[in-house]
Amino acid sequence: MSKNIHDELAHWEKTTLQKTLSKSPEREPSFKTTSHIELKRLYTPLDLAESDYCGELGFPGEFPFARGVQPTMYRGRFWTMRQYAGFATAEETNKRYKFLLEQGQTGLSVAFDLPTQIGYDSNHPLADGEVGKVGVAIDSLKDMEILFDGIPLDKVSTSMTINSTAAILLAMYIAVAEKQGVKSEILQGTIQNDILKEYAARGTYIFPPLESMRIVTDLFAFCKEHVQRWNTISISGYHMREAGCTAVQEVAFTIADGIAYVEAAIRAGLDVDSFASRLAFFFCCHNTFIEEVAKFRAARRLWSKIMKERFKAKKDDSCMLRFHTQTAGCSLTAQQPDNNVVRVAFQALAAVLGGTQSLHTNSRDEAYALPTEDSVRIALRTQQIIAYETGVADMIDPLGGSYAVETLTNEIEKKAIDYIEKIEAMGGAIKAIESGYIQGEIGESAYQYQKEIERKKRIVVGLNQFQIEEGPLKETLRIQPEVEQYQKEKLAKVKKERDNQRVKETLAALKKAAQGSENIVPPILGAVKAYATLGEISDILREVFGEYRER
Amino acid sequence: MSRKIRVLIAKPGLDGHDRGAKVIARALRDAGMEVIYTGIRQTPEQIANAAIQESVDIVGISSLSGAHNSLFPKVVHILKEKKADDILVFGGGIIPVDDIPSLKQAGIREIFLPGASTEDIIKYIKENVKVQSPNFK
Repeated sequence: MSKNIHDELAHWEKTTLQKTLSKSPEREPSFKTTSHIELKRLYTPLDLAESDYCGELGFPGEFPFARGVQPTMYRGRFWTMRQYAGFATAEETNKRYKFLLEQGQTGLSVAFDLPTQIGYDSNHPLADGEVGKVGVAIDSLKDMEILFDGIPLDKVSTSMTINSTAAILLAMYIAVAEKQGVKSEILQGTIQNDILKEYAARGTYIFPPLESMRIVTDLFAFCKEHVQRWNTISISGYHMREAGCTAVQEVAFTIADGIAYVEAAIRAGLDVDSFASRLAFFFCCHNTFIEEVAKFRAARRLWSKIMKERFKAKKDDSCMLRFHTQTAGCSLTAQQPDNNVVRVAFQALAAVLGGTQSLHTNSRDEAYALPTEDSVRIALRTQQIIAYETGVADMIDPLGGSYAVETLTNEIEKKAIDYIEKIEAMGGAIKAIESGYIQGEIGESAYQYQKEIERKKRIVVGLNQFQIEEGPLKETLRIQPEVEQYQKEKLAKVKKERDNQRVKETLAALKKAAQGSENIVPPILGAVKAYATLGEISDILREVFGEYRER
Repeated sequence: MSRKIRVLIAKPGLDGHDRGAKVIARALRDAGMEVIYTGIRQTPEQIANAAIQESVDIVGISSLSGAHNSLFPKVVHILKEKKADDILVFGGGIIPVDDIPSLKQAGIREIFLPGASTEDIIKYIKENVKVQSPNFK
């Protein structure tokens, strides 16, 4: 049969196609994806002639998971609709969470402000101007109690974008749950806890890489015993993509980081099947629709093979790449911002067709500020329309078998493997980050992308073509400067009312654990419960572990 | 013959979003300027000191975290205190249009918003920085 197609294709090229090409050439001499994969004009069964369906694609819920991680996918349950949110104070953010849950959101996702992410209390000089700006300010357990007030932690799952200070925030979450009468064993959620990409792209590191990796693996070990349903890490390509890398680089760098975490955990004495099923992933979804769908499928297959073949994982669960997706913040334009609703819808659709487990859809006004309630509602409704109206969720992996999608899936996987091998040859992801290789690759891609836009090689609607005269967006969310003062006062009150002797003792216990090899999460939990502040706890760890400085 | 324009690109505060800062630093270099990039997490003091030590003509500061109202004016203020207010300061990032007048009032010469091209920035710098060879001063 394929010989026949081969002849027929050659015939079509010589006759029908040639006739058209001779009269009107195509728009471009060649077409490429963002990852520089040269696209064919037409994909046919010939492109998949070598493929082994059972080995390369298989069935949903089974190795190598190319078609999805669950046997029924969205026919069983839709993806979790999880909007990343947090701003100003715990009081205000708590209100936004209740609004989102009322609107039908199915999970929470906490955005913390930068001082919280980098281990400074709101009254620290370096927190100046940053308090409550990109997320909610959390100084002590008191703030966390307010943040989740009236939200039953046995019912919702909560994702927290927190890395260097992940152990502190998870401890606070466990302590709040305890006060609600909810045991840690039943808590569901995720801490990002992916420090490697912080050095590579996002920038909220505190400690040097080795010490940071110890905290990561201490968290793996702690959760294995006490918070078994928690995702202990969300290995993130999102921020590297946002910093400018391509789809292939996103897969490669994320999986290379994943390998580094698995190796570190094994080195720390953990059995691969005891922690691997709690590893989660986080990807971006950009505009190039087909490439993005293929990217998710390729990542899933590649990870499963690595876990099985390289790390000898025995359980299927250990080989599953479960992931959260956020639409691409960097694709949003300040120009004609309503167009962003359309971009987000396409990106969200690609994520769903790629089999995401949870999804955040960006809001149209995010090139200006944190989103208004109206904008967030449209973003959430976009997901609900995909789920309830488009019908794409009613069958599993509906683009599977497409000649183009399968070919791109294969090519992305192959190109990602090439990158991973290169990184391995450098000594792995940690070395590749320390030497600046990954940062350099990201920066190079970002620069090329910008140049393409400025040379109009890449059209961004409303930005470099189809522009209009327009004023700036009228209504945006503003964080009032009083937030900083309010937060400082709340912090002072906590410090005055707590038992300072207990704080001192628990911090001393933490210091001792950090200096030795004991797991540091239990003493952090002890300190958090005594209302030691995030800054105080971080300072102890800074003292013992030292601080990382960018090269 | 004029010497090369010297530029400091800086990231004040805790914001780690430096895609824009790095792209601009490289574009300015490609346009023939001498560019120093501070890296992330710099205090206004560190930025002003670096600008003086490196004898730059102009400083570009970028923040996407909303801390611009607090941090940008401090850079200008410290330069002034150190009698280095001949060094121009411009900014960029996620900055509400409503904030621009007060930032300009505080001495930030220009603000570039999302969608600005590197060409716009190069042009701005070339028009506003006049360099002469030290011999002719």
